[in-house]
Amino acid sequence: MAETYQEGSGAGADFDLSQFYQIFFEEAGENLDQMEQMLLDLDLSSANDEELNGIFRCAHSIKGGSATFGFSDVAELTHQMESLLDRLRRHELQPIPQMVDVLLESADASRSLLARHQAGGQGEAVSTTSLVRRISELAAGLVPGDAPAVAPPPPPAAPAPTPATQAAAPAPAPKVVTPAVAGQARTLEIQIGPLDRLEQADAIKELFRDIPGLGAIRDIESPQANTRSFAVETTSTNDDLLDLFAFHVAKEQVLIRDAAAPASGAAADEDEETVLAAGAPGGEAYGFFSEAPGAPRADAPHAAQAPAQAVKVAAAPKASEPKVAMQAQMESTTIRVDVKKVDQLINLVGELVITQAMLAQNSRGLDAGAYQQLLAGLADLDRNTRDLQESVMSIRMIPMSIVFSRFPRMLRDLANKLGKKVELVTLGEATELDKGLVEKITDPLTHLVRNSCDHGIEMPADRLAKGKSEHGTITLSASHQGGSIVIEVRDDGRGLSREKILSKAQERGIEVSEQMSDAEVWQLIFAPGFSTADEVTDVSGRGVGMDVVKRNIAALNGSVEIDSAEGYGMKVSVRLPLTLAIMDGMSVGVSDEVYILPLSSVVESFQVNADDVSTVAQGSQLVKVRDEYMPVIALEKIFQVPRFDPNKSSNIMVVVEADGSRVALLVDELLGQHQVVVKNLESNYRKVPNVSGATILGDGTVALILDTGGLVRRARH
Amino acid sequence: MSVMGKTAEAVPTGTREYLTFRLDQEEYGIDILKVQEIRGYEPPTRIANAPNFIKGVVNLRGTIVPIVDMRLKFNCAQADYNSFTVVIILNLRNRVVGIVVDSVSDVMELTPESIRSAPDIESAIDNSCILGLGSVGERMLILLDIEKLMSGVDMGLVTANE
Repeated sequence: MAETYQEGSGAGADFDLSQFYQIFFEEAGENLDQMEQMLLDLDLSSANDEELNGIFRCAHSIKGGSATFGFSDVAELTHQMESLLDRLRRHELQPIPQMVDVLLESADASRSLLARHQAGGQGEAVSTTSLVRRISELAAGLVPGDAPAVAPPPPPAAPAPTPATQAAAPAPAPKVVTPAVAGQARTLEIQIGPLDRLEQADAIKELFRDIPGLGAIRDIESPQANTRSFAVETTSTNDDLLDLFAFHVAKEQVLIRDAAAPASGAAADEDEETVLAAGAPGGEAYGFFSEAPGAPRADAPHAAQAPAQAVKVAAAPKASEPKVAMQAQMESTTIRVDVKKVDQLINLVGELVITQAMLAQNSRGLDAGAYQQLLAGLADLDRNTRDLQESVMSIRMIPMSIVFSRFPRMLRDLANKLGKKVELVTLGEATELDKGLVEKITDPLTHLVRNSCDHGIEMPADRLAKGKSEHGTITLSASHQGGSIVIEVRDDGRGLSREKILSKAQERGIEVSEQMSDAEVWQLIFAPGFSTADEVTDVSGRGVGMDVVKRNIAALNGSVEIDSAEGYGMKVSVRLPLTLAIMDGMSVGVSDEVYILPLSSVVESFQVNADDVSTVAQGSQLVKVRDEYMPVIALEKIFQVPRFDPNKSSNIMVVVEADGSRVALLVDELLGQHQVVVKNLESNYRKVPNVSGATILGDGTVALILDTGGLVRRARH
Repeated sequence: MSVMGKTAEAVPTGTREYLTFRLDQEEYGIDILKVQEIRGYEPPTRIANAPNFIKGVVNLRGTIVPIVDMRLKFNCAQADYNSFTVVIILNLRNRVVGIVVDSVSDVMELTPESIRSAPDIESAIDNSCILGLGSVGERMLILLDIEKLMSGVDMGLVTANE
């Protein structure tokens, strides 16, 4: 994983999504596993909402991801699954075993489709046509077994046919077309054309010359003047051939016939039809060359029913071959390691650094001549531990640009699809974020950006009518604020409508009142299944997004806040705690204690003269800095720091800024600036006022990190 | 987290092992399975506005661990910090907490028969945190439900609404 990220970090504005493919495939794999497990555990007679919502969310996440990456076949299939699951969780349908069967099969099909994409489109695509139809029938309330004529055969890569379908009706025989079987030599007649220049086809001949093992090719007479025909002997599948030819001629222009069977034969007809269908616009293919020749066609109605069983047995092992190959390819090039293990590693290295510092300290008085080797060894140790610490740290920290650079492409496609004009602005890409957080924040952010584009930004005409610019703007920003990381998704669209949310909430039986504050009303959109969209699109509108967003962020101990003005846009702020973010800190001393200030909030520091400080009512103090009065906070006072040395006193002011206001902190001394690893104080203790976390200093002791945001708020109110 | 009943495992069923420690003249026992390690005392970083028995936080191999002085919590007469002062690091429900005690004695096996229920007495801590009194020969052990004791709101280790 580290490799992928490093590659990516160099290419901030690059729209190349391929660097995220691996992450997506791993996530999708996990989601599929989880969905499968939940489906198997599902108690049909008393399926509870939580389980159904969980399964639904898995399907939704896969759909979202695959749509982002342009895997339209997977997106289409999961969209259908989602529709069925959506009706289930709304209790519009009663779950029946056939649904679980078809969903499990769809999960398998998605898996092999994904594996195919992961392998760069190698291998045969699984047909999803029949699955999609079965799902939509079930979603429409039909039980497929009731209508034998419609009952489709199981897809080729799916496990053995389910008992339910078998019992319901003798499945129509899938047509076996021998040419599709890989590894078996066969003679084909390939017709290419119509071509503008017949020489184009020569490139095909070169292919056979250049690629060893592909087979033999020779010219034969072509029936039409503007086409070329070849006789080909090969072991490759039609799909593979078409993929190869695609470099030189369009797929539509290629016609593959089995030379062994006469062109008038049923099998060849079928085969030919398949090839044509793939190229035909608006055909059954879902963006890919999905209808593999030889795959059982869903609508093979004229096939004899009698040989069905025999054919199925024969077909099964063949179909399983590509699947085995795909699973082998699904192996990843990265290792997913439990975050805990990385944390442990980081802690151990931290200990090592402290031990090393201690050794360095103790060896300082040694005679350089007498202990030359020892000192040289210690110097090596120093260098090695530092290198080690750096590499270990780099495992976890990655800049936000990794997350942000996912979005321009996605937003572009989405805006095109919706007919909107959207600009994306990203700020604070350099903000470093824990890798664990990055992985978990990506999905919620994707949802938020999609939401903004789909619901927030208006159509260009509407925007012009409202006096806004034609282009909507979505702003993504990341910053460290008050010891947290705040990621904002802002749009200048139509904003949230208070009335609409309240009435929707009432419809759904959520208790609301007119007296609720705006903030409370906005929180309603986080309820599961809540959507204010007027229609369900495959982009959003099912109301699943915000529910997932909230859940994922709550799992990270974060919070989501919404701010919106109807007609002017909305802003969603995701605030995450710094579990392990590295921060530039400034250490200050008060009596014998050390506190860390986030350097990003420090404006300036100066030695204070008694004249500059004036006391106002209730004893609070103000200091005048260049014609600006700002409140003074004495750290000694608010942290009740004990004084042992009466000669020391606080006479240095550090001006910090947060949330747009400034305060002056009164400290004894400035100790230095350094990078600190932010540790969560709350994992073993509770929240401490004015403290955002803790860190470990070079000598192994703990220092508290001040929450400047909290201090500023305290002084201003 | 704030209010927890005596968990099923907290009620002694079979023979259990207890780590015993001294506070002043009294001897206490806690479930050995809750103990992560025993360390010497090192001065912690003070936390402002915390109760006096919370000494602060220390760095335990990269983890920030709060230190509770049981002698102050239990109103003992003396609470000195010297090279013999011992900190027992506890691992309670994924939280790590250190407690300062006068000394650690040993590990004892107690059968349920040798544990009597504690009489209602007035003490510095909530009575429900005392599992019972164990007797080993002449010695009497006060068995603590350390998990419950540490997660109580009055310990100040957790926020009330957690």
